[in-house]
Amino acid sequence: MIRVVLPAHLRALAQVGSEIEVDVPAPVTPGAILDAIEQRFPVLEGTIRDHVTRERRALVRFFACETDLSHEPLDAPVPAAVAAGLEPFLIIGAMAGG
Amino acid sequence: MSRVRVLVGTRKGAFVMTADGRRDRWTIDGPLFGGWEVLHVKGSPADPDRIYASQHTGWFGQVVQRSDDGGRTWAPVGNRFVYEGEIGNHRWYDGTPRPWQFRRVWHFEPSATDPDVVYAGAEDAAIFRTVDGGATWEELPALRRHATSAEWQPGAGGLCLHTIVIDPADADRMLVAISAAGVFRTSDGGRSWQASNAGLLSDGIPNPDAEAGHCVHRLAMHPSRPDVVFMQKHWDVMRSDDGGRSWREVSGNLPSDFGFPIDVHAHEPDTVYVVPIRSDSEHYPPDGKLRVYRSRTGGDEWEALMNGLPQQHCYVNVLREAMAVDALDDCGIYFGTTGGQVFVSPDGGDHWLTIAEHLPPVLSVEVQTLP
Repeated sequence: MIRVVLPAHLRALAQVGSEIEVDVPAPVTPGAILDAIEQRFPVLEGTIRDHVTRERRALVRFFACETDLSHEPLDAPVPAAVAAGLEPFLIIGAMAGG
Repeated sequence: MSRVRVLVGTRKGAFVMTADGRRDRWTIDGPLFGGWEVLHVKGSPADPDRIYASQHTGWFGQVVQRSDDGGRTWAPVGNRFVYEGEIGNHRWYDGTPRPWQFRRVWHFEPSATDPDVVYAGAEDAAIFRTVDGGATWEELPALRRHATSAEWQPGAGGLCLHTIVIDPADADRMLVAISAAGVFRTSDGGRSWQASNAGLLSDGIPNPDAEAGHCVHRLAMHPSRPDVVFMQKHWDVMRSDDGGRSWREVSGNLPSDFGFPIDVHAHEPDTVYVVPIRSDSEHYPPDGKLRVYRSRTGGDEWEALMNGLPQQHCYVNVLREAMAVDALDDCGIYFGTTGGQVFVSPDGGDHWLTIAEHLPPVLSVEVQTLP
């Protein structure tokens, strides 16, 4: 299972705690993680990535293993520790707005 | 005794305020959706317990919330607002072409007869409709394909469709207002649209009486008289007597004809309310005195209403969506400010009471009159 940490607003929307788990078939990529999240929590469709372009929303960031993955391709493999369920995939609301 | 329920959207959440018909003691619930911008909350005339809320942040985009129990509980419904067909361009602030991009919903207009049918006014300017209670939304694309749309340019708040007025006698007849494009009307349920700006004069555009491009801030209509429509424009208060086909100025003796909201008394179709502010560059009341102006003559002659409102050091604004009227025998007038105050006048504007203060900036105020 892939561990995912959601930002507070999306936790409230999905009515979940700070960390969720989703089942993602290999190869585990950010795009596949988002597919699994949206399948399990349809209310989050459109909040992390655009409905049409499927691109990450501008003020959403993806971190894992102390690395910013936001600008990596959505079909690039995530770090092995995330794929193994040892480290969480962090979805972050970007620091913006003062 | 009848009750009222006031639905307030703010920059940081929504509030539901209730009172009995005296409207002097209020219960305030909220914030709902705390931390999110709530642009508009509006109930269905066909089922007052059905309420829709537009929730948005720049981080996570648009969410639509729906309540089926008068605002006690809420559940998200569909938030997929996708433009139909070829996207096309409008003008950006710098005059360059910019593709239409959905950003947020400014306004919900529920059907008078079916709680599952709601129109949504969006930024970038477009009108959407749901017929299944918000589960899915479909654009009425003819508006965005209007011959003038490539020239539409955003106002300071964005290229937003913020006002939808439906003729209560014929739901296929609608007026919409877009900043800064102007008014458009349909008589066939949105399959075709006509620019509806004859008589408007706007100094801020190259051709002051252009067919489109006017920064219309708000429209208001009394349901008994759908051909009479009042408008607060960027500058100028206007009136139409032919369903929006033509307009004439009725600013009369107002201290400033710049403002955002406009509304009509529930029982007196010629009694109209506006809140003048100094200018386009000074969004606060003249002389630091918060005053609603009332015309009992359908415009031109205006009187200041101030009893109970702050009369010194007041530098708030009242946004376009932040005024409403109830339908009690003594018509109540409500408005919210960018300073987080919500005021009510239970007697048509003669006296004002404070319902709430210190809220986040108020974006919208609606009121439901309940049995």
